[in-house]
Formats: sequence, structure tokens, C-alpha cells
Amino acid sequence: MIGGKKDLLGLEDLSAQEITGILDTARTFREVLDRPIPKVPPLRGMTAANLFFENSTRTRLSFELAEKRLSADTVNFQTSGSSVSKGETLRDTARNIEAMGIHLVVVRHQASGAPHYLARHLDAGVINAGDGTHEHPTQGLLDIYTMREQRGRIAGLKVAIIGDVMHSRVARSNIWGLTKLGAEVTIAGPPTMMPAEVERFGVRVAKSVDEAIEGSDVVNILRIQLERQRGTLYSSLREYARVYGVTRERLRRARPDVTVMHPGPMNRGVEIAQDVADGEHSVILQQVTNGVAVRMAVLYLLAGRNEAPEAPTETPTVEATKSHDEPTLSPRR
Amino acid sequence: MTSPLCLRGGRILDPARGIDRAQDLWIDQGKIAGLGEDAPAALRSRKDVQILDVRGAVVCPGLIDIHVHLREPGQEEKETIETGVRAAVRGGFAAVACMPNTSPPLDDRPRIEYVRRRAADIGLARVFPIAAVTVGQQGEQLVEIEDLVEAGAVAITDDGKPVRNAEIMRRALELTRELGIPVIQHAEDPDLKGTGVMHEGWVSTRIGLKGIPDIAESVIVARDALLAERTGGRVHVAHVSAARSVQIIRQAKARGIHMTGETAPHYLLLTDEAVAGYSTSAKMNPPLRSERDRDALIEAVVDGTLDCLATDHAPHTDIEKDADFESAPFGIVGLETALGCYLKALVEPGHLTLMELIERMTVGPYRVLGRPGGTLEAGAEADVTVFDPESRSTVRASEFESKGRSTPFDGWDLPGRVLLTVVGGRIAYQAATSEATLQ
Repeated sequence: MIGGKKDLLGLEDLSAQEITGILDTARTFREVLDRPIPKVPPLRGMTAANLFFENSTRTRLSFELAEKRLSADTVNFQTSGSSVSKGETLRDTARNIEAMGIHLVVVRHQASGAPHYLARHLDAGVINAGDGTHEHPTQGLLDIYTMREQRGRIAGLKVAIIGDVMHSRVARSNIWGLTKLGAEVTIAGPPTMMPAEVERFGVRVAKSVDEAIEGSDVVNILRIQLERQRGTLYSSLREYARVYGVTRERLRRARPDVTVMHPGPMNRGVEIAQDVADGEHSVILQQVTNGVAVRMAVLYLLAGRNEAPEAPTETPTVEATKSHDEPTLSPRR
Repeated sequence: MTSPLCLRGGRILDPARGIDRAQDLWIDQGKIAGLGEDAPAALRSRKDVQILDVRGAVVCPGLIDIHVHLREPGQEEKETIETGVRAAVRGGFAAVACMPNTSPPLDDRPRIEYVRRRAADIGLARVFPIAAVTVGQQGEQLVEIEDLVEAGAVAITDDGKPVRNAEIMRRALELTRELGIPVIQHAEDPDLKGTGVMHEGWVSTRIGLKGIPDIAESVIVARDALLAERTGGRVHVAHVSAARSVQIIRQAKARGIHMTGETAPHYLLLTDEAVAGYSTSAKMNPPLRSERDRDALIEAVVDGTLDCLATDHAPHTDIEKDADFESAPFGIVGLETALGCYLKALVEPGHLTLMELIERMTVGPYRVLGRPGGTLEAGAEADVTVFDPESRSTVRASEFESKGRSTPFDGWDLPGRVLLTVVGGRIAYQAATSEATLQ
């Protein structure tokens, strides 16, 4: 359970304390990943289904890896979602999952709110792996985890989020999590990609990328998907790169030790310059590694409500660290 | 012919004539025979009169809803003319005007005649068909307007979609000007709407759904005000949802432009916050908007900028509505909850008197259509609604007569129990447990 709920649908629903709890749990799992045999048994006997109604490589791999590192059985379902009516697929999927006795469902869907639909209809715990333009909570968590790892804190941190906020589920999850934990979030991007009344998130809307980057500790760059727009929101990738692309020169306005992040996959030379992507400030690959640990934490915490069908034969092997709410990494009974 | 009817001792509310007093209402030969002593003595002394005691209840002209989707022909899985009119009379509506976006659309004489014939065979509520503006509602070629009006169409509209082409709108207004019927506009700029599924605002931003801005509606209302002014035709704006649209209609009226408007119950009782849990029963088009829009709509109903109250009863199957928000179709049902919703939204808070509310559900909508009706004057068609404004009950969508069950008001406690709906002098609906009251 996370925050008394069987599902993780968005960071909007979580308190600062709950978010911190997940991050602390993730730190333990991050250590597991550095071991010679990076595998622990807490999800033994449990089954996780990865339902990807929308194409994704890294998020699906990250979840699958997290599940396997926790010793869960995994099944994958991937569809483009084009041929079948979306609603029908979801309803039937829910019924099938119920019939198959799956414990945890990871769902990526092109429709905002689709995981909420499944969560309502299923006893299994549902993890939102990205729904439409709504949230991508595990990405938000891994971004915040990485920021905390790099900067040592979140409260008071100056974070600039650059790009298409309107269509970005990564932006929403970042904004919810960061503002709850006390960071100062500034966003910038084309006015056509700033959603209505966005300031009500508690963020500052900068007039330019330069203004947003000024003095920032972290610059998180969103992936631009102009091909998805109808050509009315922005003219071209070339123009976008010129006005909103994060370059080494623009980055000089940030703190000298700025942390540069990107959820991937990157459009090098568009929203992020080549030398920024591969530069000394970039922690983009750390984000990927941390992603597995964060997802292990989420799976572990949500699995706590489910009974594993049989008792484990081995005892947990992780030595505890100092945190008071440290997981024992044994299946909860 | 059915026997004469006397509704005894109810509170007669007839806004067309400003009557509000306890009196008997006499009905004979399908017509209103008179109130109290004004009814012919010969009738009052007849022995075969069916007398119903309606003391304590309101007796008013039969309600009419001029924005209903009956879905027949072609989408009988959502609704049929029969289930639709059953829902209507249960909700106190003696008449409905039905939208032409059936499959195929009501764009030729046989289809208009079919709807009228089906409604006559069923014999519950009156059904006034509204014809399409363009063939197949494709927005390209005008329908044979006069033939359709002769066949019984009471207005034209491409509802479900807007008349997008300003040239076609202009010509439709010119061709209907002398016929005395309105062109009903589903005011929506398709480009501004785009692929939006809910009101564009803080809630759409928060929950990540594509927004439909208020201006998608208002720019078309503004354009049509100019076209109405230029042509002298009559534009009726369907399901007005936005404050900006209200402002334009108000200004148009002040300038003498023939522009009328309606709204629906959900726009007065709910805002886009109702969508926050991705509830598909809060998905309709136009969408639920902001608090500011809601307040402006109430004000517009009060000051008469909006002439009438409709429902935009738009049934869909449970299967269709049981989906993620983006996939679910737009539309909710309204016939069986409208009266209670309007009492709750407008009369209980003191925005309107009961008389004013009934005006906007009877003579008001008839006036929009340019038709007589909506009065209890002797000689008028005997369409009468009897309801108890004090009695409250809980909405149970599972008990609806309509095939559509999707409503954001399921489980709400609403005032105004309908006791009796009389259509053309015949009892079309009588509340099951009202035998004791109606003796």
C-alpha cells in the first residue's frame, strides 16, 4: 500500500511524506542493484502484468527488470491499440486480469485516466506507467530521486522544466512531486504548449528559456513530439530548437554545478544540444539506473497488501541501513 | 375518445396568462375546457367525468423539451422513440422536439413522416421532429426545407455538429425567415474544439485531458448573431454553456436580432470539477465549464437572455459509456431528472419563482419554435403536467424508462415529483404510488 491505497496512479494523490517514504525505500533497492547478484526475493510467487497499450521500450524494460529483481513472475502484453476500440480493450483486459489472478498491473495507455478505470475495476494493485497527457508517477519519482541524490535535498531546490508542458505527463508528475516537497519550480516553453491556468500548480511561468534557467540547480528537459501536434502549436523542429533548445550557452545562466536531466528518448539537437546531453552536467543515464530502483520500491510497497501464495524459503539478505522506515525485503504477510 | 377529465383543486400555474390559483382544471375532447366555473356547465354536470384529486400539487401546461435525441431510426440500441417518450412523460414532458442526427439523419420527408407516425402510434408524448439543415448533415447541400416543414418539421439543425459553413448558414436563415421557424445552431468551431474532450481550464490541465475552450462555442454564436442580423432570420443557440456566449446573445437581443438560446440542467448544477475522477457521466458536448460560466448561465436564465430550458437528452448504451474518459461518447440523459434539477438549480436558491421556471419549460420553448402551445387557456391542446414541488426523491438511473442510464445525477436527492402527465387529454403517465393522491 502507498498512502493507504492499493494503486499508484499519480503523484497528485500522494503527500510529501508518502513520496519521501518511496524515495527512502528506493535507496535500499538502489544498493541492491550494485551487488554481484542484484536480486531479492520479496515478490516471490507473485505475478506482475505489464500492459502496454502504447509503445514504450525503456519504461517497459525498466518495470520488467524491477519485477525480476524482486523475484516476481512477469507477463507482458503490448499492443499498438489502433485496431481495437480502446474502451473495449480495457474492459476485456480488466476481466482477463481478474480471471488470471494477477497481483500487480503496470499499465501504459494513450488515454488519460485509463489506469484509473482499471484501478476501479480490479482488486490487483495498479501502477500507472504513463497515461496519455496526465501523469507518469514513477518517472516523476525517479527524477526526484535523482535530484535528491545529486543535490542532497529537494526543499528549496530551483528546478527549471523546459518544453511542452501541456502534453507532458512527465512534467505533471515532476511538478506535483517537486512542489509537494518544497522545490521552486519554473517552467518555460512555447505559449501554445502551456496548459490553461498552469500557474495553479504552484509553478512560476517564465517568459523565456533563459529566464527559467537563470540560477537553477536542476534543468529538466522535456521531450518534444512535434509530429504529434497538428502543425498548429509550433512551426518546426528547427524553430523549436532555436527558441527553446537547451544549449551549452543557455546553460551558463544556471548554477555552475547544474544538474541536467531528460526523461528520454532524446531528440538530440532539438530540445537538447548534443554537448549538453553528453556533457558533464548530464545525469541522464543515472536516471535510467535509478528508475529500476524506484520501480522496485513502488512494486514492493504496493505488493505489501497482497498475500504471497507460499512462504519464502530463504530469509531476506539485505542489511538494513539507517532509515527508520527501512523495508525488510521479505514478503509481507 | 376518452372520458372528460377533471383535475380537482390543484394549484394552477399558467405563466402564459399569469394565473396562479387553486382551481379545478377541466379537460374534454382532448382540449382544455376551462378552469373552475369557466368550464362549460354541461361538462361539469356530466356523470362520466374522471376526477383526480390533485390538491397540494402544481397543475401547469405540459412541459416541452426542445432538445432531445431519440436515436431512431438507426441507433435503437441507445434509445427508441418509444423508450424516449416513456422517459419524457415520466419526467413530466408532454412534448419533445427530437434532433435529426439519427442514422440516417432526418433530412427527407419519409424520415420526418416516419418519426411522426411512430410517435402517433405510441401515443404518449407529442414528438416534434427537427429536420437537418444539410443533406446527411454533411454541411454541403441544403435540405428541401419547405417540403420538410410541410411534413411536420418544426425547425432545422445539424445538431451533433455545427453548421460550419457561414454561407450555408446565411442561406438557411434567408430560406426560413418567412417560414417562422428557427435554425438551431450547435455552436462549435470544429477547429477550436479539435480533439478536446472536456472544458479547457484548470481541471483539464490537472488531469491531462485535451480541452475544449469556451471560445469554440462563442465564436460561432458571434458569427451567427451577425448572420441573423444581416438576414432577419432566427437563430436559436442550442445548449449554451459559456459566459462569453451569453454575453453575445444578450447584446444581440438588445440590438433587436432574432436570437434565442437554451441551456441544459447539468450546466447549471455542475462545473468541470465533476470530470475530475474521469467520470464518463460528466462527459457531454459542450462540456461542463467553470464556476464563472455556470453563474453567467443562471443569470442569463433569470434575465431572459436564455429563453428556454431543455435537456439535450443524449442516450448512449452502458457499454459505450463504460470506458476510459477519452473513448466514451459525449452525452448524458436528462428527461427523467430535468424538472427536479431545474427546481434545485433555479427555484430552491430563489433565482426563479415556480411560475418563472414553468414559463421557461412551457410557453418559452413553444415561442422559440414559433408555435402556439404551453398554456391552459380554454381551447388549447390538453397537455398538462402535475407535480409536487415539495416531494423529494433519490434519482435511480437503473429505474429510468430511457435506455440511457448515464447521468451525473444518479443518487442525487431532487425535489419535484411528477404525479401526472396528460397529453391531448389522455393520461400518458401517472406516478405508480400516486393512486392515493389522485382519486
